[in-house]
Amino acid sequence: MLGASLTVLVVAGSGRSLANDPQEFSQIERGRYLAVASDCASCHTVPESKKPFAGGRPIETPFGNIVAPNITPDPETGIGVWTADAFDNALRKGRGRTGSHLYPAMPYNAYTKMSRRDVDDIFAYLKTVEPVRNKVESNTLPFPFNIRAAMGVWNALYFKEGEFKPNPEKSPEWNRGAFLVEGPGHCGACHTPKSFLGGDKTSQHLQGSQLQGWFAPNITNDPNGGLAKWSTDDLVVYLSSGHNRITAATGPMAEEVELSSSKMQEGDLHAIATYLQSVGGKAEAAKPIAATDPAMVAGDAIYRDQCSACHGLDGKGVPKLFPSLVDSGVSGPSDPTTAVRIILRGARSIGTKREPTAPGMPSYGTQLDDAQVAAVATYIRNAWGRSGPAVPPSTVKDVRADTAMRPD
Amino acid sequence: MTKRLPKKDVVIIGLGWTGSIMAHELTDEGLDVVAIERGPWRDAPTDFPPTYMQDELRYRVRHELFLRPDQLTFSFRNKIGQTALPIRSWGAFMPPNGVGGGGVHWNAETWRFLPSDFVLKTHLTQRYGASFLPEDMTIQDWGVTYDELETHYDAFEYLCGTSGTAGNLKGQIQEGGNPFEGPRSRPYPTPAQKQPWGYQLFAKAARELGYKPFPQPSGNLSQAYTNTLGLQMGPCTYCGHCEWFGCANYSKASPQTTLLPALVRKSNFTARDNSEVVRINTDRSGKHATGVTFVDTSGEEWEQPADLVILSAYSLFNVQLLLHSGIGQPYDPEKNTGVIGRNFTHQTISSVNGFFDHTKYNFNPFVASGSIGMCVDEFNGDNFDHGPHGFVGGGYVGHVQTGARPIESTLVPPGTPKWGAAWKKAVKENYLSTVKPGTGVHGSFYAYRDVYLDLDPTYKDRFDRPLMRMTIDLHDNEVKQNKFLTDKFAEIIKAMGAKAVAPSYRTAPYDMTTYQTTHLNGGAIMGTDPTTSAVNKYLQHWDVSNLFVLGASAFPQNAGYNPTGTVAALAFWAASAIRNRYLKNTGPLIHV
Repeated sequence: MLGASLTVLVVAGSGRSLANDPQEFSQIERGRYLAVASDCASCHTVPESKKPFAGGRPIETPFGNIVAPNITPDPETGIGVWTADAFDNALRKGRGRTGSHLYPAMPYNAYTKMSRRDVDDIFAYLKTVEPVRNKVESNTLPFPFNIRAAMGVWNALYFKEGEFKPNPEKSPEWNRGAFLVEGPGHCGACHTPKSFLGGDKTSQHLQGSQLQGWFAPNITNDPNGGLAKWSTDDLVVYLSSGHNRITAATGPMAEEVELSSSKMQEGDLHAIATYLQSVGGKAEAAKPIAATDPAMVAGDAIYRDQCSACHGLDGKGVPKLFPSLVDSGVSGPSDPTTAVRIILRGARSIGTKREPTAPGMPSYGTQLDDAQVAAVATYIRNAWGRSGPAVPPSTVKDVRADTAMRPD
Repeated sequence: MTKRLPKKDVVIIGLGWTGSIMAHELTDEGLDVVAIERGPWRDAPTDFPPTYMQDELRYRVRHELFLRPDQLTFSFRNKIGQTALPIRSWGAFMPPNGVGGGGVHWNAETWRFLPSDFVLKTHLTQRYGASFLPEDMTIQDWGVTYDELETHYDAFEYLCGTSGTAGNLKGQIQEGGNPFEGPRSRPYPTPAQKQPWGYQLFAKAARELGYKPFPQPSGNLSQAYTNTLGLQMGPCTYCGHCEWFGCANYSKASPQTTLLPALVRKSNFTARDNSEVVRINTDRSGKHATGVTFVDTSGEEWEQPADLVILSAYSLFNVQLLLHSGIGQPYDPEKNTGVIGRNFTHQTISSVNGFFDHTKYNFNPFVASGSIGMCVDEFNGDNFDHGPHGFVGGGYVGHVQTGARPIESTLVPPGTPKWGAAWKKAVKENYLSTVKPGTGVHGSFYAYRDVYLDLDPTYKDRFDRPLMRMTIDLHDNEVKQNKFLTDKFAEIIKAMGAKAVAPSYRTAPYDMTTYQTTHLNGGAIMGTDPTTSAVNKYLQHWDVSNLFVLGASAFPQNAGYNPTGTVAALAFWAASAIRNRYLKNTGPLIHV
């Protein structure tokens, strides 16, 4: 399977669509799988709407909301009259049907790694979904971000067009993983920190970033907050089921697991894990905070009272049910947004076919004040021999304010 | 104007333990199933969060999880000839409401009945002679045997992850378990819960008195467990808030933790909450159920047609719905005819509090789970010779203290003033050093001709239907049994080292105001004779063959154990009969 996938990649380098038969099953099926791997449904389907790809879902960006367009084959409101070239221009070059710039909320800077055949196959698949008449006004950004032409400047700074080039020194599996992560999977869209203009900080690739009131954790092999303690199998199990011995998917990642990675082939998830484990992190260790620090003393007491029943006094939790705070990146030394958010508002993990339980954590937002949440957050990143910067109460105040109006 | 919904293969009335089990089994069979539940949807992490669930006032005192009597209640009297009055505040039992039913608030004490319990009439008659039984006692054999149910008990325990120590593995008696239990095909899925000191002391005292104490089988898990449907459960944290409360630690077995997350993922399963079924509909022959009629919270009436009707509400509501639907002949105690309402039973519960020297004993009694404790089974069922004692039946006795929640745990030794400084001092001194078993003596309640359910001639519900009337009293047999067991239990508490023991016996008349258990049984009993039972051994209604009536309403009489294990085993048993026999050839499974 893996060898076959790589062969496809190499063949696809010719840049020509190999099949033009509109009923070509293997092309449609390959396109369906790539659409899953690209998680198109996450943005282009309104959850629970039962109208796949009909668009209309607002995508939150630091510059305002962008509404995902209709990509069903409806001729008037969808992509029914689009040509394959226009579709390719959109996916791999960030251009709309009339040539105007797309906003990079559409991750064309990642999709550009796909081949022309990949994109044609996705197009062939989308032609087979049920057309839905749903007119979507995409650009709802405020001035000056509503000027699409400005994206020309952005592209010059941050967009590097070009197909994925396999690294001949690496294994076929590594190359498949690199393609999936950097291409259709567009992991960096959430996990790579962004500049003030919303471009990737390439020097901190996949080292964790804030979005939509969450912190998408560091997914490099970093020992401090990254995946260094995860085995390949941990990653595969997590991506396929939303749960593993360490943690559980919540928030936007829960959606990714549900719509995308849980539907991917295990070999591909294994390839993704292989690649991610090869990506080095920043490996900066914080100085531990003394157990006698007042925040640590308070945090210890709060942890015993409120947290230890599920997560255990040893912080190890219960595999696949209660995350291990010792090993989870969310409770690690990096940006505490997600940890604080989950303490304040609680969280529901995802139920999947493989792990249907979908356990949840209750909200402590009414029970603990900002200083108490800060203390327990500081405690969990410095307990059990770990170390991380203290979380100040002001951070809790900010997260509390920021998440107050957001859906969970 | 009743609105008619599209027909389903199966309609399930009540989404508690038995409804969830049946829904799971029948959706596995490929059938299109809708479950209709009177109360709200309830989900473990959002409805029972540990941030506020441990609230004794809200859940225990104010009955948060239970049906409100102003929505629906029953009338009650002790004896034929008295005028029954409506129950306006729940006392002796707590009718559940909402998804998960009693499986949400139970203590998770997960017992199997004794093999002899299922053939009780035959067994007792053979051993003691028919004249040994009281004349008006109407006990019966169940029609199903322990051996037939064993695999279904096993299925429920492995669904729940039940923690316990086997006492009888395939006929081999096991050290540390209950030597009286029926043979089990394999050990419990998880080891018994660890027992805090007070329970260990009870076990030691019991052993010294010659008994064989064993840990109570518990649906509050001793360790993390992945159940037969792939659902994850966590270890119990001994928070001491189990009975009356839901559990958000995923450690108490309930439909929410063991079934529903898998069930709701199935495309052939639908649930309607906040919808009260008011009638099972039958065709003109009265022999075929056509579906149900239910009312939603806006008062709108709906008809849900279905090929198969599963009645799986709480025992009393099962009987009530049969009576209101005119299905089966109502029981008449004077003429001794009819079946619906017959052999209504409860439990015979009592306890003994033990007061210990507080300078020497600290039990930390708040460290507890709902089914913690050490039990002895020497006085249950027919495990001992009843000949010299002049009664039948029995129960397990055990130190089963499910917590020391502050409102209800202010026990003081006999003779203490009831208020003031002396009372306060006594509460403080005794809180940590008192043994207060919740249901210390868990006695059986056998059936009598004058204990039954029927429709009240006076009082009506909000739909203008007659209330169901409970006629129930304690008979001499149960009072004698309770006296005997309570005294035996008090001996063990005394032997633990108590400086004072305070037994409280269960006596007549039956008291509706103080809690015993929610184990009300019978009224639509199973059996081998359609003139004395409502359903056959597969829980299929004798008259209406596409109606199955699950739950403790099928118990011909009650044994000296908590009923849920048997209720669930019967649900799996009935599901197996439907899947393997009924669906292949619809119609009565038993012809008489």
